[in-house]
Amino acid sequence: MTGNGPEDFPAAGDDDRSPFGDGDDGRAQPGGEGAGLGGEAAGLGGEGAGFGEQDPGEDFETGDYDDIESEPGDYDTEIAATFRPVPGGAACFFEPAQAGVIRSLVSQVAELIRSDRAPAAGEQASSGGADELEMLLGLSANDELPEDPVLARLLPDAYRDDPGASAEFRRYTEESLRSGKLSSAQAVLAALPADGGEVVLSEPECQQWLRALNDVRLALGTRLGITDENEDFGADLSINDPRSVHIWVYQWLAYLQDSLIDSLS
Amino acid sequence: MSTAPVEVEQPSTSQEARLDSPWITIVWNDPINLMSYVTFVFQKVFGYPKAKAHKLMLDVHQKGRAVVSAGAREAMERDAAALHGYGLWATVSHDS
Repeated sequence: MTGNGPEDFPAAGDDDRSPFGDGDDGRAQPGGEGAGLGGEAAGLGGEGAGFGEQDPGEDFETGDYDDIESEPGDYDTEIAATFRPVPGGAACFFEPAQAGVIRSLVSQVAELIRSDRAPAAGEQASSGGADELEMLLGLSANDELPEDPVLARLLPDAYRDDPGASAEFRRYTEESLRSGKLSSAQAVLAALPADGGEVVLSEPECQQWLRALNDVRLALGTRLGITDENEDFGADLSINDPRSVHIWVYQWLAYLQDSLIDSLS
Repeated sequence: MSTAPVEVEQPSTSQEARLDSPWITIVWNDPINLMSYVTFVFQKVFGYPKAKAHKLMLDVHQKGRAVVSAGAREAMERDAAALHGYGLWATVSHDS
């Protein structure tokens, strides 16, 4: 675990790695073509897609996150966005670029979760009988740990040394786990305008945001190769390292998530 | 902190395991989940008071893992599924 909290987090204006500040120095902006997350122009989707190139699917309104590339220097973000408690929930003001980064990452995680989804009824949906029952039960045809490391982290095995029990568990639970994660992602995309602004969340919405932000952090952290041994490796990266901007976003999301937890307690 | 969870010896989950010992849900340390978030999740999923949730979180963080619930296998699988929903790394095993 990691203990990132507000006191650990630099104001964006004090940090050369801020992705929200001046765009004139030629460094990659999140959302820019060079800002994919796999080190080799790969987005979170892992198939060579950078931000802005993905079709997140018709259920997700995501169209505008290219804007964060076109106008990167319109403002200086002095303080990273932070949630504060309000009656019945929490609220936060997001700059357009901040909203764009979150929407982009949440959409990418959602697309990844949808990408190899395999409801058990998907293969023979019309044949009735047992398949219809499987559909009603929400069973999944997947019974192995996903190959993609991010998906493997988001949809982990439930037994460490019992592949048979893990497969059975996955068959009965993976589809609803995916549905829950997609629902949380949808809640963020529904509440967060593409051009930013004040976002006021009810307590149930806060719960969904926490899960969605956490899924994004799990995805980013896994893609970045953060491990127990190098939790702080971002601190040693050169600002010219293309990973540094992602590290900054990863840390900012930790700060944002922590402020949301604080707002609920 | 080095936890090397893959090297930890696991109890058997075979059918021969003793019937009178309970099943357990284990949460494993990971470098990404926030300590505040893990505490929050333990409160939400198990209804634990904050102090107990915080101590469990510290156990996970410092020892690499912690048993967070014990009981019937089906109940442990429900707990693991709920924890997976929050992004925690949870497994079920037989407490032999």
